[in-house]
Amino acid sequence: MSQTDFLHLMPLIILAIAALLNMLVVAAWRNHKIIYVITAVSFVAAFLSLFELRDITAHAIEPLFVIDGFGVFYIGLILATALVISMLSYAYFEQREEQKEEYYILLILSTLGACTLVISTHFASLFLGLEVLSVALYSLISYLRTRERSDEAGIKYLILAAFSSAFLLFGMALVYYSTGTMTFAGIATAMKDFQELPILLLTGFGMMIIGIGFKLSVVPFHMWTPDVYEGAPAPVTAFIATVSKGGVLGLLIRFFMEVDGFRYPTLITIFSIVAIASMIAGNLLALMQTNVKRILAYSSISHLGYLMVAFLAGDRLGVEAITFYLVAYFITMVGAFGVVAMLSDTERDAELLDDYRGLLWRRPWTATAFTAMLLSLAGIPLTAGFVGKFYVLAAGVNTQLWLLVAMLVLNSVIGLYYYIKVVAVMFQQPEAEAEPRPRLRPSIYLASVGTLAVLTLLLVLVGVYPAALVEVIQNVFSTAPEMVAK
Amino acid sequence: MILLWMIVILMAGGLLAWLSKKWHPELPRWIALFAVLADFILAVYLWLTLPAATLGASPWLLQLEIPWIPQWGVNFILALDGLSLLMLLLTFFLGILCVLVSWREIQTKSGFFHFNLMWVLAGITGVFLTLDLFLFYFFWEVMLIPMYFLIGIWGHANRTYAAFKFFLFTQASGLLMLLAILGLYFIHGSQTGTYTFNYFELLGTTLAPEAARLLMAGFLAAFLVKLPVVPFHSWLPDAHSEAPTAGSVVLAGLLLKTGAYGLLRFVLPLFPTAAVEFAPWAMLLGAVGIIYGAVMAYSQTDLKRLAAYTSVSHMGFVILGVFAFNVWALQGVVMQMIAHGLSTGALFIVAGLLYERLHTRDMGQMGGFWAKAPKLGVFAMVFVMASLGLPGLGNFIAEFLTLVGSWQANNWLTVIATIGIVLATAYSLRIMQKVFFEPAPTDHPLPDLSAREMLIAVPMIALILWLGLYPQPVLDTVQPSINQQLQAYQEPEVKEKVAVVEAVPKAELSIGKDKRGKTKVPL
Repeated sequence: MSQTDFLHLMPLIILAIAALLNMLVVAAWRNHKIIYVITAVSFVAAFLSLFELRDITAHAIEPLFVIDGFGVFYIGLILATALVISMLSYAYFEQREEQKEEYYILLILSTLGACTLVISTHFASLFLGLEVLSVALYSLISYLRTRERSDEAGIKYLILAAFSSAFLLFGMALVYYSTGTMTFAGIATAMKDFQELPILLLTGFGMMIIGIGFKLSVVPFHMWTPDVYEGAPAPVTAFIATVSKGGVLGLLIRFFMEVDGFRYPTLITIFSIVAIASMIAGNLLALMQTNVKRILAYSSISHLGYLMVAFLAGDRLGVEAITFYLVAYFITMVGAFGVVAMLSDTERDAELLDDYRGLLWRRPWTATAFTAMLLSLAGIPLTAGFVGKFYVLAAGVNTQLWLLVAMLVLNSVIGLYYYIKVVAVMFQQPEAEAEPRPRLRPSIYLASVGTLAVLTLLLVLVGVYPAALVEVIQNVFSTAPEMVAK
Repeated sequence: MILLWMIVILMAGGLLAWLSKKWHPELPRWIALFAVLADFILAVYLWLTLPAATLGASPWLLQLEIPWIPQWGVNFILALDGLSLLMLLLTFFLGILCVLVSWREIQTKSGFFHFNLMWVLAGITGVFLTLDLFLFYFFWEVMLIPMYFLIGIWGHANRTYAAFKFFLFTQASGLLMLLAILGLYFIHGSQTGTYTFNYFELLGTTLAPEAARLLMAGFLAAFLVKLPVVPFHSWLPDAHSEAPTAGSVVLAGLLLKTGAYGLLRFVLPLFPTAAVEFAPWAMLLGAVGIIYGAVMAYSQTDLKRLAAYTSVSHMGFVILGVFAFNVWALQGVVMQMIAHGLSTGALFIVAGLLYERLHTRDMGQMGGFWAKAPKLGVFAMVFVMASLGLPGLGNFIAEFLTLVGSWQANNWLTVIATIGIVLATAYSLRIMQKVFFEPAPTDHPLPDLSAREMLIAVPMIALILWLGLYPQPVLDTVQPSINQQLQAYQEPEVKEKVAVVEAVPKAELSIGKDKRGKTKVPL
């Protein structure tokens, strides 16, 4: 590896060093604040190191990675989200009895895994990234192990994730068998000659889709989602809903664009079915929930379905739409789980609808932030979610995916119902005066309130003035022409 | 810039009203009142200073254009013509009444209430002003959320259900419009190479008949639900009757008008051929709505529900007139939008005043109020008469013009619609009979109108009389925009006889005189 290679991998190297450093510090002296500061500083440093790579054209580190505008943008998005989640986590874990320090090591590791995914161009680095992400997540999910449901969630995720990894590996093996290579570019060259997919290659792709679909929690690979979301601590849930999915989606886009999977009607059909099923099942199942974390879980399933619509558009506008939508979705989901984390007490997370009854009158600012997040998920103007949905619809209409677009619209309406239901609960009168909760230490309080305020402002800013973000995204894709030339 | 200020004043006023609750509980009311009043004065000022100069040439009086999302061709375009000016005047006038009427009614969370009220009005103002389709959809949705809160928090017993229903109906139909907007955007873009949401540029898009039909269906979905046209009306009786008085006034007086405005501004000029194809069906729906609304209104016992169904009936005239494609009918439609905004708004205010005093909306428990509260009786009487179309009041002019226009387009449907006016007499008189003249079933004390309530009643009566006796200023103001909307429909005639082009304005002038003459006859 040359010096430039090191420079280009700097964000990942910083994260790896930070994880090691944290481990050493924990061994020497347990202190939540110090560990947290190291974590936050390393996220910020990794993020800042991206600015060095701002204007690069693609730089390949053969054969595993390529660092291009697309990768840099997605790494930036992942790092920023991880930073915000770490801030929410600090406030959340400070109130809890468990040993908190190892949490940050795992958080950094899983972020590293997600970052690796979005710059992978080889099956080896893909699998490496995915496993680093997953293994760290197993323990993150059941981190609060004294709680009843966290074991259940952790084990469920462990078994199913291992299972899906096996599918993914088998799929990769079949693809390798058919094409003789494991690099994305090599596979693309090998596939140029096929007009129709040979059956073995198709099976390989099918199995890979199962593995990827599990991580994205799209229907029919979504069964784990509500239980894991419910059982995991709120900040971890936010992480699963955003960073973990974003990383995998970035990988999926890169791979699919590279091999030009849109040529094959079979694959398009599979993805269309997955998209429609995710939208419908996610929204319909969410209708019946009374647990906010489960509602958000099903909502995230349906949102991945919306993203699939833009993905299936398969052109440059589609990829831009996905990227924009992801930014909006990240802000919103982290914000929503941030509110859940903030309202949680030492025994359990604030996850029942009853916990939110009359919130608008008890804590108007928190309720306003949560309302903004929910409306953004529903795609109402003045929020980022609206512009994101608009972008996705535009991509769909542009490539005339009428069925998918119609399903998206129909599902937006169904989705509205349960988002509004939560909002309606918040402005109901509380039945009994809840006893005032003990005030937290100002520094913790400030961390979570400040984070939420920033997220809400960002949400409205992107919703009202999306031009800046759109410009950034369009620039990113103009420096990565080979990916979206089609 | 003055157009932007109108929206900004309302939005800022709303925020300020919400925050000011902390300092003094009465402050939100005053802030809201002054914000709407300021806008009303601005609008009146515009009306008095602008029209004479630009009458004739371009219908656009003021225009503002700021790039917003240049990558997508989205601009922040606000433009004012006679039609939007009149709608703004109506919006701000009813806005003032809404603040006044809530003065005693809304006691809980008054800060948040006025925030929502101001933002609904801001959204409606935006809808009436904007000429960028992206921005139009944006404002179209912005007005829904606060309205949802108004119904859901301060409404009557069944408010949650009504708020949900209102929201889902309007949101679902709005999304279909968004699809149509996007379709139009991409078709226009692929034809000309410039991707833009600018209304003026989209006007010239040539569409294949099939595409035009589909796109128009998307727009119609939003506007027909909002208007509402039978069979898409079922959200309306619930929302209207469960909302607080101010909410009902905004719903009936303004929100329904955004649907009518959308038909005039977007459906007619954008899809001339498809609209002509659809016209007989639309007029049929209108006629059915008129009869259906009237029959349903007659069978209600809940005063607010009754008023809600009269809206369904009256809005039938709007769609009947819009799809008649001629000047008389469109003049009638505009008059109907304004007159109905006033008259139904007034009926809801009457219902609200009675509810405040009696805590019931059931007409079975009312009676004999004419003697107890004569001022309230007169107020109600004027607007009940307006609602049944008594000559001399605004609604008569509106319905008369609409029927004259639609007769030329479709005789039989006009006949049916006219029967609706007879039915209107039946349900309107029933209100007066039940509430004011029948012997009282209970001996409930009923204080008459207070000074604040007189302040609401007197301007409304004055305005509806003015509209009925001398509608010419209104018709003059709106004339250029009506011609503009109808341009696409008159072209064939102009092409046939090129020599007559100059004669057209003269013909219209004589029409104007004619109407003035006719309105005087019944007096």
